Amino acid sequence: MSWLFLSSGLFLGWSLGANNAGNIFGPAVGTRMLKFRTAALIASVFVIIGAVISGAGAAHTYSQLGAINALAGSFTAALAAALTVLWMTKLGLPVSTTQAIVGAIVGWDIFTGNLIDKPTLFKILSTWVASPILAGIFAFFFYIVLKHYMNHVKIHILDMDLYTRIGLVLVAAFGAYSLGANNIGNVMGVFVSSNPFKPLNLILFRLNDTQVLFLSGGVFIAIGIYTYSLKVIRTVGKDIFKLSPMAALIVLFAEALVLFIFASERLERLLLSLGLPTIPLVPVSSSQAVVGGVVGVALAKKGWRMINYKLLLRIVWGWVATPLSSGLLTFFSLFIMQNVFLQPVHFPHPYVVSQEVITKLETMGIEDPGLYQLEGKVFKRPAKMKRVLEQRTFLDESGILKVIEYSRVDSILIDTTRLYSLIGNADFTPCQIKTLEKLAGKLFIYKWQLVDTLEKMCKDWRPNGDALHDKDLEDKIRLIVSKFSLIERD
Amino acid sequence: MFTIFKKTRELEAEINRFLDTIIEASVHFQEGIKYFLQGDLETFEEKVRIIDRLESNADQLRRSVEENLYLNMLLPEARGDVLALLENSDDVLNAIEETIIECSVEKPSCTDELKSDFLNLVDAVTSAVEEMVATVRDYFTNLSDVPNHITKIKVHEHESDEIGEKLRRKIFSKQIELCEKLQLRDFILRLEKIADLAEDVGDRVDIYRIKRMV
Repeated sequence: MSWLFLSSGLFLGWSLGANNAGNIFGPAVGTRMLKFRTAALIASVFVIIGAVISGAGAAHTYSQLGAINALAGSFTAALAAALTVLWMTKLGLPVSTTQAIVGAIVGWDIFTGNLIDKPTLFKILSTWVASPILAGIFAFFFYIVLKHYMNHVKIHILDMDLYTRIGLVLVAAFGAYSLGANNIGNVMGVFVSSNPFKPLNLILFRLNDTQVLFLSGGVFIAIGIYTYSLKVIRTVGKDIFKLSPMAALIVLFAEALVLFIFASERLERLLLSLGLPTIPLVPVSSSQAVVGGVVGVALAKKGWRMINYKLLLRIVWGWVATPLSSGLLTFFSLFIMQNVFLQPVHFPHPYVVSQEVITKLETMGIEDPGLYQLEGKVFKRPAKMKRVLEQRTFLDESGILKVIEYSRVDSILIDTTRLYSLIGNADFTPCQIKTLEKLAGKLFIYKWQLVDTLEKMCKDWRPNGDALHDKDLEDKIRLIVSKFSLIERD
Repeated sequence: MFTIFKKTRELEAEINRFLDTIIEASVHFQEGIKYFLQGDLETFEEKVRIIDRLESNADQLRRSVEENLYLNMLLPEARGDVLALLENSDDVLNAIEETIIECSVEKPSCTDELKSDFLNLVDAVTSAVEEMVATVRDYFTNLSDVPNHITKIKVHEHESDEIGEKLRRKIFSKQIELCEKLQLRDFILRLEKIADLAEDVGDRVDIYRIKRMV
């Protein structure tokens, strides 16, 4: 049954491989610099490596936007996104899996009455705009540097041909790795919270359950690359394939770099450790990054006159039309899945304003007499709870969101059998492991209760103002909640 | 990957040898005509044989380069341009060979007063050929210097046209047989044709250079 539900995600993976492989090695194959078989092999291997090793960062952002915690819900969202991509491709409209899947998640949020995490949504939307612009800036800069370099060195045309070939192989590998890392979120992101897989022990290393999920998605991307991408390279996207091999190298490198920086947790940690602002980890559209790169090279070559405003409009149209169609389709499909096929499309978390919650909020300076009137009341939908809080209390928006966050019931039971598989999944300190072991068998209704207890028991659980340490803590707590929450267990 | 490195080096060496052959032939051509005008026909015939051999060497080298480019899938973008360039350069060498063979066959008679003009014409033509070879070499390795060489080809080609015209006017104002006049005219036109072909190669390189710019 799990595989059946996963099939829509795997289909999305196949379609991503078929459609987007051209953005990694299309020009190299189109200009006959690389053989298709060589390019497909490199791309397939690295797309899987990227997805398994670095896929978690960008995929996590989607869980923040909407943690689809029931397999049937994930299946429906992925299917609606896939159908939107298929349908819009058939109509000849610009479409990107990234935009379709975001629309689907928001559709799920609306259907299930979840609150849409506005900062996360804003973060995602801003990367849609930023990624082609950034690719354009990179490509522009690389072009200028390369041109300057080429004018000052004497390289034989045959050597240049050789170096370009080597460059295209390296960029295909880097691009595939980055595509896997960045875009696996589009394929498997909606399944992370409802993941049916268990960790996998391979002889040399161990894959956690999310990595197994990403591995299966990666394999289907690879199948997409092998079975259909050549056809796509030959029939569509002629614009980018007209580039000279050298310009193609620049564009593809710029694109791969953009996919990489929007996916790399290592880069994020490096920036955090240097005290610099981080780049959000969000799946972005590789096709739009390529268009940005092509515009960047063209600008460096011919100046502002060449900008094709029609093409830019098509990108903007994609930002609006794709998520809208996919969101609507998801909403209606979820309705059918829930009411006709009688499958649970989400496991709702109850929200209860208990005495403990009110006391906790008071210690944080959030007080309102209205909260006492709501004591003991159970809400099933945070959206509805928000409306009630707006009517009955004088709290501002951030206060209301805090009340909702702290009233969410997670029912976290630290059970010993799952504890050891969890410890293998993250880098816990000995003190952290000890505290978790001590808590075995304990039940926490709210997440904040668990956090408070952990903080009291070991200093390693306390935030210390160091951005890197605090982010690590957040990730670990999230992992514990997702592992031990009784609500999200089937 | 190692094979492709090796093949690339071999191909570079072959292209260089091909261009060296044209330069060598052009030097022998210049000297051969000088010996012909001086009446040293034995050395002249020696030069004719050398040029004939160089021409067939160049043909072999060109064919080998063409074959290697296609067999090893090298330069997919610029392959057509490179082949056209080598073939057009080979046409110049062919023209050199045909001219000197015709000279050897017909042995046109040239009066003393025309000899210095003929020598000047041959100098201008061979200079154009040498600049053409430099242009082609720089197309492969140093694009930024290509325009300088092309300008020099044009100067030498123009010079050869001017000398050729002056010579023809002189010949047709002389009291000699019409058949001799026509034979000399044909010889001059053949020489001018070599410079024209060299200029054509330069013009092609100019276009290919623009195509190759990143």
